[in-house]
Amino acid sequence: MKWARTTAIVFLLAVCAACLLARVLAPASYAHQFREEPNASPSRQHLLGTDDLGRDRFARVLYGTRVSLLLAPAAALLSSLLAAFIGGIAGFAGGRVERCVMAGTDLFLSLPWLFLLITVRALLPLNVSPMVSVLITFAMLGCLGWAGAARIICADARALSQSDFILLARASGSSGFRLLWRHLVPNLKPVLYAQFWISVPVFILTEANLGILGLGVAEPLPSWGSLLRELESISTVPGQAWQLVPLILFILVVSSFHLVLTKEELPV
Amino acid sequence: MVQKGLARPAIWNASLRDADTLSALPKLAGKILITVLIGGFLGATLVRLAPGFGVDEEELDSRLSAHSIQALRETRATEANLFVFYSRYLSRLLRGDLGNSRTLQRPVSQLVAERLPETLKSVALGLALGWSAGFFLAVAIVMSRAWYLDLLGSLLVGVLLCLPAAVLALLFVLAQAPARLLLGLVVFPKIFRYSRNLLVRSSALPHVLTARAKGLGNLRVLVWHILPTAAPQLLALLGVTVSFAFTAAIPMEALCDIPGIGQLAWKAALGRDVALLVNLTMIVTLVTLVANSASDMMGKTFRVGEV
Repeated sequence: MKWARTTAIVFLLAVCAACLLARVLAPASYAHQFREEPNASPSRQHLLGTDDLGRDRFARVLYGTRVSLLLAPAAALLSSLLAAFIGGIAGFAGGRVERCVMAGTDLFLSLPWLFLLITVRALLPLNVSPMVSVLITFAMLGCLGWAGAARIICADARALSQSDFILLARASGSSGFRLLWRHLVPNLKPVLYAQFWISVPVFILTEANLGILGLGVAEPLPSWGSLLRELESISTVPGQAWQLVPLILFILVVSSFHLVLTKEELPV
Repeated sequence: MVQKGLARPAIWNASLRDADTLSALPKLAGKILITVLIGGFLGATLVRLAPGFGVDEEELDSRLSAHSIQALRETRATEANLFVFYSRYLSRLLRGDLGNSRTLQRPVSQLVAERLPETLKSVALGLALGWSAGFFLAVAIVMSRAWYLDLLGSLLVGVLLCLPAAVLALLFVLAQAPARLLLGLVVFPKIFRYSRNLLVRSSALPHVLTARAKGLGNLRVLVWHILPTAAPQLLALLGVTVSFAFTAAIPMEALCDIPGIGQLAWKAALGRDVALLVNLTMIVTLVTLVANSASDMMGKTFRVGEV
Protein backbone atom coordinates (compact mmCIF):
# COMPACT_ATOMS: atom_id res chain seq x y z
CA MET A 1 0.00 0.00 0.00
CA LYS A 2 2.99 2.28 -0.43
CA TRP A 3 1.39 3.90 -3.48
CA ALA A 4 -1.73 4.75 -1.46
CA ARG A 5 0.38 6.39 1.22
CA THR A 6 2.37 8.37 -1.34
CA THR A 7 -0.83 9.46 -3.10
CA ALA A 8 -2.34 10.53 0.21
CA ILE A 9 0.72 12.60 1.14
CA VAL A 10 0.87 14.24 -2.29
CA PHE A 11 -2.86 15.01 -2.13
CA LEU A 12 -2.54 16.52 1.35
CA LEU A 13 0.40 18.63 0.23
CA ALA A 14 -1.56 19.85 -2.81
CA VAL A 15 -4.57 20.76 -0.65
CA CYS A 16 -2.32 22.55 1.86
CA ALA A 17 -0.64 24.50 -0.96
CA ALA A 18 -4.02 25.49 -2.43
CA CYS A 19 -5.23 26.65 0.99
CA LEU A 20 -2.12 28.67 1.66
CA LEU A 21 -2.53 30.32 -1.75
CA ALA A 22 -6.22 31.01 -1.06
CA ARG A 23 -5.71 34.76 -1.39
CA VAL A 24 -4.34 34.23 -4.92
CA LEU A 25 -6.72 31.48 -6.04
CA ALA A 26 -9.98 32.78 -4.59
CA PRO A 27 -11.80 35.59 -6.41
CA ALA A 28 -12.73 37.32 -3.15
CA SER A 29 -12.45 37.11 0.59
CA TYR A 30 -14.47 34.41 2.38
CA ALA A 31 -16.69 37.11 3.92
CA HIS A 32 -17.22 39.23 0.79
CA GLN A 33 -20.89 39.22 -0.21
CA PHE A 34 -21.89 39.51 -3.85
CA ARG A 35 -25.33 40.74 -2.86
CA GLU A 36 -26.69 40.71 -6.39
CA GLU A 37 -25.79 37.01 -6.82
CA PRO A 38 -27.11 34.92 -3.90
CA ASN A 39 -27.32 31.16 -4.49
CA ALA A 40 -25.60 31.56 -7.87
CA SER A 41 -24.68 28.50 -9.94
CA PRO A 42 -21.04 27.76 -10.78
CA SER A 43 -19.58 30.18 -13.29
CA ARG A 44 -16.16 31.37 -14.42
CA GLN A 45 -16.18 33.96 -11.64
CA HIS A 46 -17.57 31.68 -8.94
CA LEU A 47 -16.26 28.17 -9.52
CA LEU A 48 -18.59 26.58 -6.94
CA GLY A 49 -21.30 29.21 -7.05
CA THR A 50 -22.32 31.36 -4.10
CA ASP A 51 -24.20 30.69 -0.87
CA ASP A 52 -27.46 32.28 0.26
CA LEU A 53 -25.59 35.43 1.37
CA GLY A 54 -23.81 35.72 -1.97
CA ARG A 55 -20.42 34.62 -0.60
CA ASP A 56 -18.14 32.80 -3.03
CA ARG A 57 -18.31 29.11 -2.08
CA PHE A 58 -14.90 28.27 -3.58
CA ALA A 59 -13.24 30.95 -1.45
CA ARG A 60 -15.03 29.66 1.64
CA VAL A 61 -13.95 26.07 0.91
CA LEU A 62 -10.32 27.19 0.54
CA TYR A 63 -10.31 29.33 3.70
CA GLY A 64 -12.34 26.76 5.67
CA THR A 65 -9.95 23.99 4.70
CA ARG A 66 -7.05 26.23 5.73
CA VAL A 67 -8.57 26.75 9.19
CA SER A 68 -9.06 23.02 9.74
CA LEU A 69 -5.76 21.94 8.21
CA LEU A 70 -3.73 24.43 10.22
CA LEU A 71 -5.46 24.10 13.55
CA ALA A 72 -6.27 20.36 13.71
CA PRO A 73 -2.55 19.46 13.50
CA ALA A 74 -1.83 22.18 16.08
CA ALA A 75 -4.42 20.64 18.43
CA ALA A 76 -3.01 17.17 17.71
CA LEU A 77 0.48 18.46 18.54
CA LEU A 78 -0.81 19.92 21.82
CA SER A 79 -2.55 16.67 22.82
CA SER A 80 0.49 14.58 21.79
CA LEU A 81 2.79 16.79 23.87
CA LEU A 82 0.45 16.58 26.86
CA ALA A 83 0.27 12.80 26.42
CA ALA A 84 4.07 12.57 26.15
CA PHE A 85 4.56 14.67 29.25
CA ILE A 86 1.94 12.93 31.41
CA GLY A 87 2.36 9.39 30.08
CA GLY A 88 6.15 9.64 29.82
CA ILE A 89 6.63 10.81 33.39
CA ALA A 90 4.14 8.23 34.74
CA GLY A 91 5.80 5.35 32.88
CA PHE A 92 9.31 6.51 33.77
CA ALA A 93 8.57 7.11 37.47
CA GLY A 94 6.46 3.95 37.91
CA GLY A 95 5.02 2.89 41.27
CA ARG A 96 2.57 5.23 43.00
CA VAL A 97 3.10 8.07 40.54
CA GLU A 98 2.12 5.82 37.66
CA ARG A 99 -0.90 4.43 39.51
CA CYS A 100 -2.14 7.93 40.43
CA VAL A 101 -1.60 9.33 36.93
CA MET A 102 -3.24 6.33 35.28
CA ALA A 103 -6.23 6.57 37.64
CA GLY A 104 -6.59 10.20 36.54
CA THR A 105 -6.27 9.14 32.91
CA ASP A 106 -8.93 6.45 33.38
CA LEU A 107 -11.20 9.04 34.91
CA PHE A 108 -10.60 11.37 31.99
CA LEU A 109 -11.29 8.57 29.50
CA SER A 110 -14.59 7.69 31.16
CA LEU A 111 -15.91 11.25 30.92
CA PRO A 112 -18.24 11.92 28.01
CA TRP A 113 -15.92 14.53 26.58
CA LEU A 114 -18.23 15.61 23.75
CA PHE A 115 -20.69 16.61 26.47
CA LEU A 116 -17.95 18.63 28.19
CA LEU A 117 -16.84 20.08 24.88
CA ILE A 118 -20.26 21.38 23.86
CA THR A 119 -20.75 22.72 27.36
CA VAL A 120 -17.56 24.75 27.43
CA ARG A 121 -18.00 25.85 23.81
CA ALA A 122 -21.55 27.03 24.50
CA LEU A 123 -20.41 29.06 27.48
CA LEU A 124 -18.12 31.29 25.44
CA PRO A 125 -19.14 34.93 25.58
CA LEU A 126 -21.80 35.90 23.08
CA ASN A 127 -19.59 38.58 21.51
CA VAL A 128 -16.53 36.36 21.01
CA SER A 129 -14.67 37.07 17.76
CA PRO A 130 -14.48 34.33 15.10
CA MET A 131 -10.69 34.09 15.46
CA VAL A 132 -10.92 33.60 19.24
CA SER A 133 -13.72 31.05 18.81
CA VAL A 134 -11.65 29.00 16.38
CA LEU A 135 -8.59 29.10 18.65
CA ILE A 136 -10.61 28.12 21.72
CA THR A 137 -12.38 25.31 19.87
CA PHE A 138 -9.15 23.68 18.75
CA ALA A 139 -7.33 24.39 22.05
CA MET A 140 -10.16 22.57 23.86
CA LEU A 141 -9.84 19.63 21.48
CA GLY A 142 -6.11 19.49 22.19
CA CYS A 143 -6.59 19.73 25.96
CA LEU A 144 -9.26 17.03 26.07
CA GLY A 145 -7.75 14.53 23.64
CA TRP A 146 -4.54 13.47 25.43
CA ALA A 147 -5.80 10.67 27.71
CA GLY A 148 -5.92 7.72 25.30
CA ALA A 149 -2.47 8.52 23.93
CA ALA A 150 -1.07 8.99 27.46
CA ARG A 151 -1.96 5.39 28.35
CA ILE A 152 -0.10 4.04 25.32
CA ILE A 153 2.91 6.27 25.95
CA CYS A 154 2.96 5.32 29.64
CA ALA A 155 3.06 1.61 28.73
CA ASP A 156 5.87 2.24 26.24
CA ALA A 157 7.82 4.42 28.67
CA ARG A 158 7.50 1.72 31.34
CA ALA A 159 8.81 -0.94 28.98
CA LEU A 160 11.66 1.32 27.85
CA SER A 161 12.66 2.29 31.40
CA GLN A 162 13.20 -1.41 32.13
CA SER A 163 15.24 -2.03 28.99
CA ASP A 164 18.96 -2.78 28.85
CA PHE A 165 20.12 0.49 27.35
CA ILE A 166 18.40 2.46 30.12
CA LEU A 167 20.07 0.22 32.70
CA LEU A 168 23.41 0.88 31.01
CA ALA A 169 22.72 4.61 30.97
CA ARG A 170 21.87 4.49 34.68
CA ALA A 171 25.03 2.53 35.36
CA SER A 172 27.11 5.11 33.52
CA GLY A 173 25.76 7.88 35.76
CA SER A 174 22.77 9.25 33.83
CA SER A 175 19.76 9.98 35.96
CA GLY A 176 16.59 12.02 36.26
CA PHE A 177 15.89 14.59 33.58
CA ARG A 178 18.94 13.70 31.48
CA LEU A 179 17.88 10.06 31.30
CA LEU A 180 14.35 11.10 30.37
CA TRP A 181 15.36 13.70 27.79
CA ARG A 182 18.35 12.02 26.17
CA HIS A 183 17.33 8.38 26.21
CA LEU A 184 13.62 7.90 26.81
CA VAL A 185 12.00 10.67 24.78
CA PRO A 186 13.90 9.94 21.52
CA ASN A 187 12.74 6.32 21.73
CA LEU A 188 9.14 7.39 22.25
CA LYS A 189 9.15 9.41 19.02
CA PRO A 190 7.59 6.68 16.80
CA VAL A 191 4.64 6.28 19.22
CA LEU A 192 4.20 10.03 19.47
CA TYR A 193 4.35 10.32 15.70
CA ALA A 194 1.62 7.67 15.33
CA GLN A 195 -0.54 9.31 17.99
CA PHE A 196 -0.16 12.68 16.29
CA TRP A 197 -1.33 11.36 12.91
CA ILE A 198 -4.20 9.44 14.51
CA SER A 199 -5.37 12.56 16.39
CA VAL A 200 -5.48 14.90 13.38
CA PRO A 201 -8.48 13.29 11.59
CA VAL A 202 -10.22 12.76 14.96
CA PHE A 203 -10.02 16.49 15.69
CA ILE A 204 -11.13 17.42 12.18
CA LEU A 205 -14.18 15.14 12.58
CA THR A 206 -14.98 16.55 16.03
CA GLU A 207 -14.75 20.14 14.83
CA ALA A 208 -17.07 19.24 11.96
CA ASN A 209 -19.56 17.73 14.42
CA LEU A 210 -19.42 20.84 16.60
CA GLY A 211 -19.71 23.13 13.58
CA ILE A 212 -22.78 21.36 12.26
CA LEU A 213 -24.39 21.64 15.71
CA GLY A 214 -23.70 25.38 15.62
CA LEU A 215 -21.11 25.15 18.40
CA GLY A 216 -17.93 25.33 16.34
CA VAL A 217 -16.13 28.21 14.67
CA ALA A 218 -18.16 31.44 14.70
CA GLU A 219 -19.34 33.05 11.46
CA PRO A 220 -18.23 34.56 9.16
CA LEU A 221 -14.96 32.60 9.46
CA PRO A 222 -15.53 29.35 7.55
CA SER A 223 -14.52 25.90 8.74
CA TRP A 224 -15.45 22.45 7.54
CA GLY A 225 -18.15 22.32 10.21
CA SER A 226 -19.88 25.44 8.92
CA LEU A 227 -19.37 24.40 5.27
CA LEU A 228 -20.92 20.98 5.90
CA ARG A 229 -23.79 22.63 7.73
CA GLU A 230 -24.93 23.96 4.37
CA LEU A 231 -25.98 20.39 3.53
CA GLU A 232 -29.07 21.16 5.60
CA SER A 233 -30.37 23.36 2.79
CA ILE A 234 -29.49 21.01 -0.06
CA SER A 235 -33.03 19.61 -0.23
CA THR A 236 -34.52 23.08 -0.63
CA VAL A 237 -32.38 23.75 -3.73
CA PRO A 238 -32.45 20.49 -5.69
CA GLY A 239 -29.94 19.82 -8.41
CA GLN A 240 -27.10 21.79 -6.78
CA ALA A 241 -24.58 18.96 -6.82
CA TRP A 242 -21.66 21.35 -6.38
CA GLN A 243 -22.80 21.88 -2.78
CA LEU A 244 -21.42 18.41 -2.16
CA VAL A 245 -17.86 19.51 -3.03
CA PRO A 246 -16.94 20.39 0.60
CA LEU A 247 -18.20 16.96 1.72
CA ILE A 248 -16.20 15.15 -0.98
CA LEU A 249 -13.08 17.17 -0.17
CA PHE A 250 -13.62 16.48 3.53
CA ILE A 251 -13.83 12.71 2.96
CA LEU A 252 -10.74 12.77 0.74
CA VAL A 253 -8.69 14.77 3.24
CA VAL A 254 -9.70 12.70 6.27
CA SER A 255 -9.10 9.42 4.42
CA SER A 256 -5.70 10.74 3.31
CA PHE A 257 -4.82 11.36 6.95
CA HIS A 258 -5.87 7.77 7.69
CA LEU A 259 -3.55 6.52 4.95
CA VAL A 260 -0.49 8.47 6.08
CA LEU A 261 0.37 5.86 8.71
CA THR A 262 1.55 2.45 7.55
CA LYS A 263 -0.04 -0.72 8.97
CA GLU A 264 3.00 -1.32 11.17
CA GLU A 265 2.68 2.12 12.74
CA LEU A 266 -1.03 1.75 13.52
CA PRO A 267 -2.25 0.26 16.78
CA VAL A 268 -4.56 -2.81 16.45
CA MET B 1 0.01 -33.60 33.97
CA VAL B 2 -0.43 -29.92 34.59
CA GLN B 3 2.06 -27.58 32.97
CA LYS B 4 1.50 -24.08 34.25
CA GLY B 5 1.92 -21.28 31.77
CA LEU B 6 1.30 -23.41 28.71
CA ALA B 7 -1.78 -21.82 27.31
CA ARG B 8 -4.32 -23.81 25.37
CA PRO B 9 -6.76 -21.33 24.00
CA ALA B 10 -8.58 -24.05 22.12
CA ILE B 11 -11.75 -24.49 24.07
CA TRP B 12 -14.54 -22.35 25.44
CA ASN B 13 -13.47 -22.42 29.05
CA ALA B 14 -15.74 -19.64 30.24
CA SER B 15 -16.03 -20.67 33.84
CA LEU B 16 -17.57 -17.82 35.74
CA ARG B 17 -15.68 -17.36 38.95
CA ASP B 18 -18.65 -16.43 41.08
CA ALA B 19 -16.78 -15.85 44.32
CA ASP B 20 -14.14 -13.62 42.72
CA THR B 21 -16.74 -11.68 40.77
CA LEU B 22 -18.93 -11.07 43.81
CA SER B 23 -16.03 -9.94 45.98
CA ALA B 24 -14.92 -7.53 43.26
CA LEU B 25 -18.36 -5.94 42.96
CA PRO B 26 -18.29 -3.59 46.01
CA LYS B 27 -14.82 -2.36 45.03
CA LEU B 28 -16.02 -1.77 41.50
CA ALA B 29 -19.16 0.03 42.69
CA GLY B 30 -17.03 2.27 44.93
CA LYS B 31 -14.70 3.03 42.04
CA ILE B 32 -17.63 3.91 39.79
CA LEU B 33 -19.18 6.16 42.46
CA ILE B 34 -15.91 8.05 43.04
CA THR B 35 -15.37 8.44 39.30
CA VAL B 36 -18.89 9.76 38.78
CA LEU B 37 -18.54 12.26 41.62
CA ILE B 38 -15.16 13.48 40.38
CA GLY B 39 -16.50 13.53 36.83
CA GLY B 40 -19.45 15.66 37.85
CA PHE B 41 -17.17 17.97 39.79
CA LEU B 42 -14.82 18.32 36.83
CA GLY B 43 -17.79 19.05 34.60
CA ALA B 44 -18.98 21.74 36.99
CA THR B 45 -15.43 23.14 37.21
CA LEU B 46 -15.11 23.36 33.45
CA VAL B 47 -18.46 25.09 33.22
CA ARG B 48 -17.59 27.48 36.03
CA LEU B 49 -14.16 28.37 34.63
CA ALA B 50 -15.24 28.65 31.01
CA PRO B 51 -15.08 32.21 29.69
CA GLY B 52 -18.54 33.68 29.51
CA PHE B 53 -19.92 31.97 32.61
CA GLY B 54 -22.64 34.16 34.12
CA VAL B 55 -23.27 35.98 30.85
CA ASP B 56 -26.86 35.60 29.82
CA GLU B 57 -28.55 36.84 26.65
CA GLU B 58 -31.52 37.88 28.82
CA GLU B 59 -29.33 40.71 30.09
CA LEU B 60 -29.11 42.08 26.55
CA ASP B 61 -32.85 42.69 26.53
CA SER B 62 -33.06 46.50 26.46
CA ARG B 63 -36.54 46.46 28.00
CA LEU B 64 -35.15 45.21 31.34
CA SER B 65 -34.37 47.81 33.99
CA ALA B 66 -31.13 47.84 35.97
CA HIS B 67 -33.07 46.46 38.93
CA SER B 68 -34.33 43.49 36.88
CA ILE B 69 -30.85 42.77 35.55
CA GLN B 70 -29.51 42.84 39.11
CA ALA B 71 -32.26 40.40 40.17
CA LEU B 72 -31.33 38.12 37.28
CA ARG B 73 -27.69 38.14 38.36
CA GLU B 74 -28.61 37.35 41.95
CA THR B 75 -30.54 34.26 40.90
CA ARG B 76 -27.33 32.96 39.34
CA ALA B 77 -25.10 34.04 42.24
CA THR B 78 -25.39 30.64 43.96
CA GLU B 79 -23.81 29.05 40.89
CA ALA B 80 -20.84 31.43 41.00
CA ASN B 81 -19.01 29.63 43.79
CA LEU B 82 -18.16 26.21 42.46
CA PHE B 83 -17.89 24.45 45.83
CA VAL B 84 -21.12 25.96 47.12
CA PHE B 85 -22.84 25.00 43.88
CA TYR B 86 -21.52 21.45 44.01
CA SER B 87 -22.08 20.82 47.75
CA ARG B 88 -25.67 22.07 47.46
CA TYR B 89 -26.11 19.87 44.47
CA LEU B 90 -24.83 16.78 46.33
CA SER B 91 -27.01 17.39 49.39
CA ARG B 92 -30.05 17.71 47.11
CA LEU B 93 -28.96 14.61 45.22
CA LEU B 94 -29.00 12.60 48.46
CA ARG B 95 -32.65 13.61 48.83
CA GLY B 96 -33.31 12.43 45.25
CA ASP B 97 -33.60 15.96 43.90
CA LEU B 98 -31.53 16.69 40.78
CA GLY B 99 -32.53 20.35 40.72
CA ASN B 100 -34.42 22.36 38.14
CA SER B 101 -33.53 23.14 34.58
CA ARG B 102 -33.22 26.91 34.23
CA THR B 103 -33.95 26.93 30.51
CA LEU B 104 -36.77 24.39 30.40
CA GLN B 105 -38.25 25.35 33.80
CA ARG B 106 -38.78 21.74 34.80
CA PRO B 107 -37.22 19.31 37.32
CA VAL B 108 -34.11 17.66 35.86
CA SER B 109 -35.15 14.22 37.18
CA GLN B 110 -38.41 14.50 35.21
CA LEU B 111 -36.58 15.50 32.03
CA VAL B 112 -34.09 12.67 32.41
CA ALA B 113 -36.82 10.13 33.16
CA GLU B 114 -38.63 11.17 30.00
CA ARG B 115 -35.63 11.25 27.70
CA LEU B 116 -33.19 8.60 28.91
CA PRO B 117 -35.36 5.67 27.69
CA GLU B 118 -35.39 7.20 24.18
CA THR B 119 -31.60 7.41 24.10
CA LEU B 120 -31.16 3.95 25.60
CA LYS B 121 -33.49 2.56 22.94
CA SER B 122 -31.48 4.25 20.16
CA VAL B 123 -28.15 3.15 21.65
CA ALA B 124 -29.33 -0.46 22.11
CA LEU B 125 -30.66 -0.64 18.55
CA GLY B 126 -27.53 1.01 17.16
CA LEU B 127 -25.24 -1.36 19.03
CA ALA B 128 -27.24 -4.40 17.97
CA LEU B 129 -27.11 -3.33 14.31
CA GLY B 130 -23.48 -2.20 14.38
CA TRP B 131 -22.30 -5.36 16.09
CA SER B 132 -24.31 -7.69 13.86
CA ALA B 133 -23.10 -6.04 10.67
CA GLY B 134 -19.49 -5.35 11.75
CA PHE B 135 -18.78 -8.62 13.49
CA PHE B 136 -20.40 -10.91 10.95
CA LEU B 137 -18.78 -9.11 8.01
CA ALA B 138 -15.39 -9.49 9.74
CA VAL B 139 -16.07 -13.20 10.36
CA ALA B 140 -17.15 -13.69 6.74
CA ILE B 141 -13.98 -12.02 5.46
CA VAL B 142 -11.63 -13.92 7.76
CA MET B 143 -13.23 -17.31 7.15
CA SER B 144 -13.76 -16.98 3.40
CA ARG B 145 -10.41 -15.21 2.83
CA ALA B 146 -12.04 -13.56 -0.20
CA TRP B 147 -9.94 -10.54 -1.21
CA TYR B 148 -12.83 -8.80 -2.99
CA LEU B 149 -14.99 -8.97 0.15
CA ASP B 150 -12.13 -7.60 2.21
CA LEU B 151 -11.58 -4.76 -0.27
CA LEU B 152 -15.28 -3.93 -0.36
CA GLY B 153 -15.57 -3.99 3.42
CA SER B 154 -12.44 -1.87 3.87
CA LEU B 155 -13.64 0.72 1.34
CA LEU B 156 -17.06 0.99 2.97
CA VAL B 157 -15.55 1.29 6.42
CA GLY B 158 -12.94 3.78 5.15
CA VAL B 159 -15.70 6.10 3.87
CA LEU B 160 -17.82 5.73 7.02
CA LEU B 161 -14.85 6.51 9.26
CA CYS B 162 -14.37 9.77 7.35
CA LEU B 163 -17.93 10.95 7.91
CA PRO B 164 -18.78 12.83 11.10
CA ALA B 165 -21.89 11.56 12.89
CA ALA B 166 -23.52 14.95 12.28
CA VAL B 167 -23.10 14.63 8.49
CA LEU B 168 -24.59 11.14 8.61
CA ALA B 169 -27.49 12.59 10.59
CA LEU B 170 -28.01 15.30 7.95
CA LEU B 171 -27.90 12.71 5.18
CA PHE B 172 -30.45 10.61 7.07
CA VAL B 173 -32.72 13.63 7.40
CA LEU B 174 -32.39 14.38 3.68
CA ALA B 175 -33.04 10.76 2.72
CA GLN B 176 -35.87 10.56 5.30
CA ALA B 177 -34.29 7.35 6.61
CA PRO B 178 -35.10 6.06 10.11
CA ALA B 179 -32.76 8.05 12.34
CA ARG B 180 -32.34 5.35 14.95
CA LEU B 181 -30.35 3.26 12.46
CA LEU B 182 -27.70 5.96 12.37
CA LEU B 183 -25.93 4.86 15.54
CA GLY B 184 -25.48 1.44 13.95
CA LEU B 185 -23.63 3.09 11.06
CA VAL B 186 -21.45 5.06 13.48
CA VAL B 187 -20.30 2.04 15.50
CA PHE B 188 -20.20 -0.42 12.58
CA PRO B 189 -16.83 0.68 11.11
CA LYS B 190 -15.08 0.63 14.47
CA ILE B 191 -16.40 -2.84 15.27
CA PHE B 192 -15.58 -4.15 11.81
CA ARG B 193 -12.04 -2.82 11.73
CA TYR B 194 -11.14 -3.94 15.24
CA SER B 195 -12.75 -7.38 15.07
CA ARG B 196 -11.33 -8.04 11.59
CA ASN B 197 -7.78 -7.27 12.77
CA LEU B 198 -8.30 -9.32 15.91
CA LEU B 199 -9.73 -12.31 14.05
CA VAL B 200 -6.98 -12.17 11.41
CA ARG B 201 -4.38 -12.23 14.19
CA SER B 202 -6.13 -15.04 16.05
CA SER B 203 -6.53 -17.12 12.91
CA ALA B 204 -2.78 -16.97 12.28
CA LEU B 205 -1.94 -18.49 15.68
CA PRO B 206 -0.14 -21.87 15.57
CA HIS B 207 -2.94 -23.85 17.22
CA VAL B 208 -5.43 -22.57 14.64
CA LEU B 209 -3.11 -23.49 11.78
CA THR B 210 -2.68 -26.94 13.32
CA ALA B 211 -6.45 -27.33 13.63
CA ARG B 212 -6.87 -26.39 9.98
CA ALA B 213 -4.07 -28.76 8.96
CA LYS B 214 -5.84 -31.57 10.81
CA GLY B 215 -8.85 -30.96 8.58
CA LEU B 216 -11.27 -29.24 10.96
CA GLY B 217 -14.14 -27.42 9.29
CA ASN B 218 -14.36 -23.63 9.11
CA LEU B 219 -17.18 -23.33 11.64
CA ARG B 220 -15.46 -25.61 14.14
CA VAL B 221 -12.17 -23.72 13.82
CA LEU B 222 -13.99 -20.43 14.31
CA VAL B 223 -16.11 -21.46 17.30
CA TRP B 224 -13.57 -23.60 19.14
CA HIS B 225 -10.24 -22.02 18.28
CA ILE B 226 -10.48 -18.45 16.96
CA LEU B 227 -13.31 -16.89 18.95
CA PRO B 228 -12.14 -18.02 22.41
CA THR B 229 -8.81 -16.27 21.83
CA ALA B 230 -10.44 -13.07 20.60
CA ALA B 231 -13.39 -13.05 23.04
CA PRO B 232 -11.87 -11.00 25.93
CA GLN B 233 -10.78 -8.19 23.61
CA LEU B 234 -14.07 -8.24 21.71
CA LEU B 235 -15.95 -7.96 24.99
CA ALA B 236 -13.76 -5.03 26.00
CA LEU B 237 -14.70 -3.41 22.69
CA LEU B 238 -18.37 -3.75 23.64
CA GLY B 239 -17.89 -1.31 26.51
CA VAL B 240 -16.02 1.16 24.31
CA THR B 241 -18.75 1.10 21.65
CA VAL B 242 -21.36 2.08 24.26
CA SER B 243 -19.35 5.24 24.83
CA PHE B 244 -19.12 5.86 21.05
CA ALA B 245 -22.86 5.41 20.67
CA PHE B 246 -23.66 7.89 23.46
CA THR B 247 -21.32 10.46 21.93
CA ALA B 248 -22.90 10.05 18.50
CA ALA B 249 -26.35 10.35 20.07
CA ILE B 250 -25.84 14.11 20.53
CA PRO B 251 -25.70 15.07 16.83
CA MET B 252 -28.18 12.35 15.88
CA GLU B 253 -30.84 13.47 18.35
CA ALA B 254 -30.17 17.17 17.83
CA LEU B 255 -30.41 17.04 14.04
CA CYS B 256 -33.01 14.30 13.63
CA ASP B 257 -35.24 15.75 16.37
CA ILE B 258 -35.29 12.71 18.63
CA PRO B 259 -36.22 13.70 22.19
CA GLY B 260 -33.38 11.92 24.02
CA ILE B 261 -30.68 13.12 26.39
CA GLY B 262 -28.35 13.99 23.49
CA GLN B 263 -30.84 16.57 22.30
CA LEU B 264 -31.37 17.68 25.89
CA ALA B 265 -27.61 18.20 26.34
CA TRP B 266 -27.46 20.21 23.11
CA LYS B 267 -30.37 22.41 24.19
CA ALA B 268 -28.85 22.81 27.65
CA ALA B 269 -25.49 23.79 26.11
CA LEU B 270 -27.15 26.40 23.91
CA GLY B 271 -29.15 27.66 26.90
CA ARG B 272 -26.15 27.68 29.28
CA ASP B 273 -27.99 25.51 31.76
CA VAL B 274 -25.33 24.48 34.31
CA ALA B 275 -27.47 22.24 36.53
CA LEU B 276 -28.83 20.26 33.63
CA LEU B 277 -25.42 19.83 31.98
CA VAL B 278 -23.71 18.61 35.15
CA ASN B 279 -26.50 16.08 35.71
CA LEU B 280 -26.37 14.83 32.16
CA THR B 281 -22.57 14.56 32.31
CA MET B 282 -22.83 12.44 35.44
CA ILE B 283 -25.57 10.23 34.07
CA VAL B 284 -23.70 9.52 30.83
CA THR B 285 -20.47 8.94 32.79
CA LEU B 286 -22.31 6.47 35.00
CA VAL B 287 -23.83 4.57 32.08
CA THR B 288 -20.46 4.45 30.27
CA LEU B 289 -18.63 3.25 33.37
CA VAL B 290 -21.17 0.55 34.13
CA ALA B 291 -21.00 -0.67 30.53
CA ASN B 292 -17.18 -0.67 30.55
CA SER B 293 -16.99 -2.44 33.91
CA ALA B 294 -19.55 -5.04 32.84
CA SER B 295 -17.69 -5.76 29.62
CA ASP B 296 -14.37 -5.97 31.52
CA MET B 297 -15.85 -8.45 33.99
CA MET B 298 -17.35 -10.52 31.21
CA GLY B 299 -13.96 -10.52 29.48
CA LYS B 300 -12.26 -11.79 32.62
CA THR B 301 -14.63 -14.73 32.83
CA PHE B 302 -13.34 -16.02 29.50
CA ARG B 303 -10.19 -17.32 31.03
CA VAL B 304 -7.78 -19.15 28.84
CA GLY B 305 -7.60 -22.79 29.87
CA GLU B 306 -4.34 -24.05 31.30
CA VAL B 307 -3.31 -27.61 30.56
